[in-house]
Amino acid sequence: MNNKPIIKKTIIRLIILLLVIIETYPLVWMLTASLKKPAEFVEKPAYALNAGFYWQNYIDAWTRGNMALFFKNSLINTLIALVFIVIFAVTVGFALTKMQWKLREFVSRYFALGIMVPVATALIPLFQIYNKLNLINTRTSLVLAYIAFGLSLSIYLITSYLRSLPDEILEAAVIDGCGIYKLMWHVVVPLMKNGIVTVLVLQFFFKWNDLLFSMTFINDTALKTVQTGLLYFQDEFGSKNWGAIFASVSMSVMPMLLLYTVLNKTVIEGMTAGAVKG
Amino acid sequence: MKHVLGNKKAITLFVLPALILYTAIVMLPVIWSLYYSLYSGSPGLKWEFSGLKNYQTLFKDKNFRDALVVNLKYIAFVMMGQVGLGLALALLFRFWLVRFKNIVRTLVFFPVVLPTVAVGQLFAKIYEIQPNYGLLNSLLDNIGLSQFVQPWIGQASTALASLIVMDIWVAMGFYAVIFYGALLDIPSDIIEAARIDGCSAWSMFTRVLSPLLRPVTITSLVFSFTGTVKMFESALALTKGGPGNATKSLSMYMYNVSFSYSKVGYGSVIAVFIFLLCVFGSRIIHKFDKQI
Repeated sequence: MNNKPIIKKTIIRLIILLLVIIETYPLVWMLTASLKKPAEFVEKPAYALNAGFYWQNYIDAWTRGNMALFFKNSLINTLIALVFIVIFAVTVGFALTKMQWKLREFVSRYFALGIMVPVATALIPLFQIYNKLNLINTRTSLVLAYIAFGLSLSIYLITSYLRSLPDEILEAAVIDGCGIYKLMWHVVVPLMKNGIVTVLVLQFFFKWNDLLFSMTFINDTALKTVQTGLLYFQDEFGSKNWGAIFASVSMSVMPMLLLYTVLNKTVIEGMTAGAVKG
Repeated sequence: MKHVLGNKKAITLFVLPALILYTAIVMLPVIWSLYYSLYSGSPGLKWEFSGLKNYQTLFKDKNFRDALVVNLKYIAFVMMGQVGLGLALALLFRFWLVRFKNIVRTLVFFPVVLPTVAVGQLFAKIYEIQPNYGLLNSLLDNIGLSQFVQPWIGQASTALASLIVMDIWVAMGFYAVIFYGALLDIPSDIIEAARIDGCSAWSMFTRVLSPLLRPVTITSLVFSFTGTVKMFESALALTKGGPGNATKSLSMYMYNVSFSYSKVGYGSVIAVFIFLLCVFGSRIIHKFDKQI
């Protein structure tokens, strides 16, 4: 009778341990595999640890596999898009919650509609529009799409933060002679730091992850992003070069891993905000 | 106060650029898709008004029906897996995990932050059988279950299931964190009171916790639904829709029809269908919120 709770506890602990292993082991395996020599994949079973540190895989992926280039492209596109998303989300969000104008409700609903739009639905006409404007195979096409499709959710998140900002603070600032632009920059932005970080984190993951837009609008290798690059990696290296494939996949994961290790609480909050508040 | 917050010039400056961009790139194409769906061919190439003919073709198209079935199966199983296992994990964390709460949560959330294509490539190697056994097959082989060694993503019978397992693996921790947050918001006196009244674990869950968790369950289901309707990236990265059409989703079929076969009009019908499925599906899930 006394043993029962202990047995139960042990079983549950084992279940939790098993789950943690299932969730993390594939990643560990990937990192070890990225450091294996080509021969190890043939001679040893897949689960064996790496015999040494064969960094050549990373060098191959970075240079021959064009990862350096893809990284640069992804980074540029993502960063430009993020800057605009944050600026727009804060200004539009502020106008929709704190400023007084006639069409406010309507515009607010109009922006909210976009949360439901699947990218696939807009893709075909967007391709035609870009084609007419000669924007296919340009960085601009991607950045514009990234910004526009990031707006709805970001504005939604920012407004939910702004609603809890007391009006008295704004009033006090206005009485002290603050104009609207000063008010935005010196009062609203500093107070919205948490909201801005949430939007940044969430959108960074979304944009860095984009595959659909970049594979549709870009076929010039010089402009490809990490995700499209990875997708065609196997074709370029051949399916036998596991080491280089693992190295490139590991590399593409690095920015996320780093960000997550340093800021895991912020990242978890940012990522889940889209579902919890949406 | 009013002259500052009612500043028309500032409002225009704040709202207009985003509004224009959003209209041109998100809303206009959606409406445009509706318009395109009434035409056959592609712009500049046999582009003719065909009325509702595309819609009629849609329901006779076997490829479309196959993609729909694949997509619906995927939605059903991934939703159940993500939300169900997420809830189960959250309950484990809340009631049985005493130490290491933070580290376990951090580790379980890990896969959520990974790029989809990277996960797809990783799992392609896990499931691999040729030229070398991948992780799964080599483990099976090692523990004496070699009769289960098979080309997991290379045969139609297991490809979709393998994809579903991968996507549950990715997002389970995400829903676990959401449910865990909701569980922490439930005051512990309620749980204590139920315990003192002799509530068993099962009735604690069905009578006390699940009514309180209803709102967060609904949001999670909607979130998972809208994510899975779009089924594209992960399937493309893991199996490219194959073998055959075994993992080809609606979005992938739309993509092929409009970009590989240049049937823009017909592709637009599929695009419109995906949009409607997304909107009505989430409406139906939301309906459960109001009942009872």
